[in-house]
Amino acid sequence: MTEVSVTKDAKPAADDLVVLKGVNKHFGALHVLQDIDLTIARGEVVVVIGPSGSGKSTLCRTINRLETIDSGAISIDGKPLPQEGKELAKLRADVGMVFQSFNLFAHKTVLENVMLGQVKVRRTAKAEAEEKARGLLDRVGVGSQADKYPAQLSGGQQQRVAIARALAMGPKVMLFDEPTSALDPEMINEVLEVMQQLARDGMTMVVVTHEMGFARSAANRVVFMADGRIVEEAVPDQFFSNPRSDRAKDFLSKILKH
Amino acid sequence: MDVLLDNLSLFREGFYGTVKLTVVSALVAIVVGVVIAGCRVSPVLPLRIFGTAWVTLLRNTPLTLLFLVAFFIVPKVLYPDLDSFVLAVAACGFYTSAFVAEAVRSGINTVPLGQAEAARAIGLTFAQSMRLVVLPQATRNVVPPLSSIFIALTKNTAIAGAFDNTDLFNVSKTLSNDGYDIVMIFIWITLAYLIITYAINGLFRVLEHRLEVAR
Ligand SMILES: Nc1ncnc2c1ncn2[C@@H]1O[C@H](COP(=O)(O)OP(=O)(O)O)[C@@H](O)[C@H]1O
Ligand SMILES: [Mg+2]
Repeated sequence: MTEVSVTKDAKPAADDLVVLKGVNKHFGALHVLQDIDLTIARGEVVVVIGPSGSGKSTLCRTINRLETIDSGAISIDGKPLPQEGKELAKLRADVGMVFQSFNLFAHKTVLENVMLGQVKVRRTAKAEAEEKARGLLDRVGVGSQADKYPAQLSGGQQQRVAIARALAMGPKVMLFDEPTSALDPEMINEVLEVMQQLARDGMTMVVVTHEMGFARSAANRVVFMADGRIVEEAVPDQFFSNPRSDRAKDFLSKILKH
Repeated sequence: MDVLLDNLSLFREGFYGTVKLTVVSALVAIVVGVVIAGCRVSPVLPLRIFGTAWVTLLRNTPLTLLFLVAFFIVPKVLYPDLDSFVLAVAACGFYTSAFVAEAVRSGINTVPLGQAEAARAIGLTFAQSMRLVVLPQATRNVVPPLSSIFIALTKNTAIAGAFDNTDLFNVSKTLSNDGYDIVMIFIWITLAYLIITYAINGLFRVLEHRLEVAR
């Protein structure tokens, strides 16, 4: 009996990479995250979708504790998020984050951007870090821009560098907060292609995006948020063709019109 | 007859005294000021409280009062045997550090928040993200206000001259006690202060120019 229950308990713990339980967060009077329960399995790609202001970015940011939470629990790879300090820094290195506004280090070259974390956090030797950085920059298609400064690159190129910078840490999971929303339309695909390849390679990903093409082709699951709650979860085809909740129907009809 | 030529070595001593007080106090102010600015933007609440208290206390206390504390209370309560230079540097350096901290903090606030977030997101500690990402980008906006802070410091070191330090102010007192013409003393002493403040001004111009070119 005991043995059975142990294996039963141990198995999901080994497969679940990111677990949020009963997470609540307020910004003053605004209850921005309300009883969020979300489990992301290793290798899973989850797309988070929902109207503006519904708390998608905040959700993303609580996962690496850029935002603190008021109640509930978040764990990554079985470990609860630690308090601010060295432990938390170590954990953040395992969680890659890609921002809507790229946030490349403006005073460093593209190559230095991708090397910084390796050298200062992972304590990798410079030569090795550079080799890895150049490899990653080639992989996202900006190898020839290595010695330029971020401001000299197009938005699409900057975002691909940002992905390389996150990958350089060898993260267990990657968080994307509307990675293509700040891009000109002709640059969206070059970024989505990199993300699609990443998904095919088995990376665990949480992606806030309204790109339905990406959601359909790369996501295992769509999470629909509204007013700080997870309203609906489904596989992409089911969600887009046959949403259950009225909020989701309403939302989809609005974005499909454009 | 000429107050300068008669007392050249005394003037030189006073000049070096003021320069030494200014430079050492400035170094103390920069180091302490940057650390305090870091405290003020830190995610750790007790550090933020400490930083705010430091700035509020030191910025709003008259420097003369700090000197009185340094020379009459510190030796009684804490360290009895510190020499007058160390006490003067502590008073001037800590006082100025509050102004440096505010300049650094406003410089930090000009760096987009996303830079620090990206730094923390790749696993840099708070101190690392300040040192490697935020402060280098803040420097450009910190340097111009530092120039006037250090010019004010130069003039403030005169108080040290009244507290047992040999500096320009102290020399001027000695010479007027010796019966030299107060106007001539005043002119030469003022000129000496001008040389120092002009040097600081020039140094910071060069620094600003360098930073602009580096952009
Ligand atoms: N730092 C903050 N302080 C106060 N309110 C915030 C802050 N960040 C976000 N909010 C508010 O929280 C709500 C959810 O924001 P967000 O998570 O960015 O939504 P989404 O990404 O879904 O558009 C919005 O109403 C927003 O105005
Ligand atoms: Mg958002």
